[in-house]
Amino acid sequence: MTTIAADGQILDDHAHDADHKPAFFQRWFMSTNHKDIGTLYLIFAIIAGIIGGAISGMMRMELAEPGIQYLTTWVGSGASADEALHLWNVLITAHGLIMVFFMVMPAMIGGFGNWFVPLMIGAPDMAFPRMNNVSFWLLIPAFLLLLGSAFVPGGTGNGAGTGWTVYAPLSTSGSVGPAVDMAILSLHLAGASSILGAVNFITTILNMRAPGMTLHKMPLFVWSVLVTAFLLLLALPVLAAAITMLLTDRNFGTTFFDAAGGGDPVLYQHLFWFFGHPEVYIMILPGFGMISHIISTFSRKPIFGYLGMAYAMVAIGVVGFVVWAHHMFTTGMSVNVKMYFTAATMVIAVPTGIKIFSWIATMWGGSMSFKTPMVWALGFIFMFTVGGVTGVVLANGGIDDNLHDTYYVVAHFHYVLSLGAVFSIFAGFYYWFPKMSGRHYSELLGQLHFWIFFIGVNVLFFPMHFLGNQSMPRRYPDYPEQFAYWNEVASIGYVIMGVGVLIFFVNIAWSLVAGRKAEGNYWGEGATTLEWTLSSPPPFHQFETLPQIK
Amino acid sequence: MTQAQTRDLSSKNRRSAMMAGAMGLAMLGMGYAAVPLYEIFCRVTGYGGTTQRVGEAQAATVQATSKVMSVRFDSNVNSALPWAFKPEQAVDRVSVGARDMAIYIATNKSDQPVVGTATFNVTPLLAGKYFHKVQCFCFTEQLLEPGQTMRMPVLYYVDPAILEDPETRDIEEITLSYTFYRSKDGIAVDPAKSDS
Repeated sequence: MTTIAADGQILDDHAHDADHKPAFFQRWFMSTNHKDIGTLYLIFAIIAGIIGGAISGMMRMELAEPGIQYLTTWVGSGASADEALHLWNVLITAHGLIMVFFMVMPAMIGGFGNWFVPLMIGAPDMAFPRMNNVSFWLLIPAFLLLLGSAFVPGGTGNGAGTGWTVYAPLSTSGSVGPAVDMAILSLHLAGASSILGAVNFITTILNMRAPGMTLHKMPLFVWSVLVTAFLLLLALPVLAAAITMLLTDRNFGTTFFDAAGGGDPVLYQHLFWFFGHPEVYIMILPGFGMISHIISTFSRKPIFGYLGMAYAMVAIGVVGFVVWAHHMFTTGMSVNVKMYFTAATMVIAVPTGIKIFSWIATMWGGSMSFKTPMVWALGFIFMFTVGGVTGVVLANGGIDDNLHDTYYVVAHFHYVLSLGAVFSIFAGFYYWFPKMSGRHYSELLGQLHFWIFFIGVNVLFFPMHFLGNQSMPRRYPDYPEQFAYWNEVASIGYVIMGVGVLIFFVNIAWSLVAGRKAEGNYWGEGATTLEWTLSSPPPFHQFETLPQIK
Repeated sequence: MTQAQTRDLSSKNRRSAMMAGAMGLAMLGMGYAAVPLYEIFCRVTGYGGTTQRVGEAQAATVQATSKVMSVRFDSNVNSALPWAFKPEQAVDRVSVGARDMAIYIATNKSDQPVVGTATFNVTPLLAGKYFHKVQCFCFTEQLLEPGQTMRMPVLYYVDPAILEDPETRDIEEITLSYTFYRSKDGIAVDPAKSDS
């Protein structure tokens, strides 16, 4: 039993060897172990990803040909045509919110961050293990609230059909009923979870690095999570404020965003994007960190320009806070304001370019091997560069007047997120899966997964550039005949991508059942960070004696 | 780690967490502070075509110039407000710097007293900084009895400084636009009718 001595010191009379694990319920439901919580986050992200991906499948089905084919069936008999169209809005909203808040963020920060930040800095665990547990379990009710909102009235039909941006006045006077309130509360909980996580990461990284590990010796993934945590801490409270104002506008008669009472809906857009733009870096920065490790490992060279890489991420984080209005070029800004936001946005291409070129320079002259994580990382660099280039195009206020809310924008942000962030998640997953599970995946299935997924997503998203240039607007379930060809191609691309994802699941199942046992450092001399000094999987408690960094 | 080290670390951790938490709270406060700051910003800079409000004293110092400009008057009514609302004349020719009075006419078409409040701006948006109102029905809420018609004056002038600003000196016409809304805290009418 556990006794607490007078000075608050916990005296534990259990035999406490490194691999003593609690019983199932205690271990997984009351978990305070960073590796177990990381695993829970990854499982959660995979489940959310399946749901969010299935929703995008419904959308691609409907968009495969002109006209409304499936929405009327899905919404059920007896529903009006407007309710069917509302269902479309619910689908795009759910897809966006799930992928951002319940797939990418939990996977990158909660999953890989929890698993590998303490390992890489040589810490026994996170600074606040119980708070870590709270962070994870806040996500579950948040997700249930969002899913549940689809079944209650939200204005024209069931569910919140506001888009992930939840713009007023559509989200206030335009969406009567509890669905949008539930979605807002869901964001509150997910935001609280992320803020607690951010506090935890900042504390852990600042205070618990192994002796000798200065900030300038810290692995780049840890740097990326540190910058991300600061972005979360500075951006999410602003979202919380904005959506709380929405909530009181909806329910308690305030008029923050209602012109009838002196408010301004454009203020909501400013607040939202003050959060929303850093949010997109929150989703990609940990990916940058992982890619750096993978490129370095499979080139058997230290990363090129380590300090430049670290401070490029800091620069992206800082500049990311002063570019938000490039999402609002069409709200009637003066030419000067547009010029500022155009220029500031383009400045971000500089630190991003530093990263891309440093990855290439790392590979240059390296002893490269093209294992599964490496091909995903190379895919990431290619895809992210394509998305980055279209981003520079969209950064121009003048061009954006034309392309705003077209499929060109959809193509752009799917290239940086669906292909950029997701490719880095898969890269990290294959890189560390044997470390986390203790078993190797199938290299053949991993390569197959990559190539099919790579072809699928490009067939899916590349045509959207063409559709956008032809002015096909986003967020509509129907379109004129002229857009039919590339929409059909995109839907075929979705099917190809889906096959790739199936191979991924087969690979996980196969490796958990029949995978070869993984040794401590299965990537060899290229893998130099501290997690490779431990067994695979690492012991339940690691670094009881702290490692010394020279 | 020794017990002393553990205690050291946990107090260091608590301090870091407090500081991080304070940053989060400060940003939450900033989010709310954005509401009044945004209003002040719009009022001071004329951003988004926000017109300026001036007192008699300041207005008296302005000299009329020979440059003549058109000022158009636009009117809109939110669907929740059962009013008719129109300018008496669509356009005025005024000298820059000269004071002019425009009249809007509002009629309450319902059988209950209704309070309305008007929002306003001008286009081109850059002209907001130079469009000065001395008196306006939009400064206060307006009550109309059932069937009542009211003439609502706006007393304004265009600041001659508009002719010196390189961004605005080419402006030949300014449109002043109002949108009347049902006042949020005004007298409630039959909610069934306002449900739109």
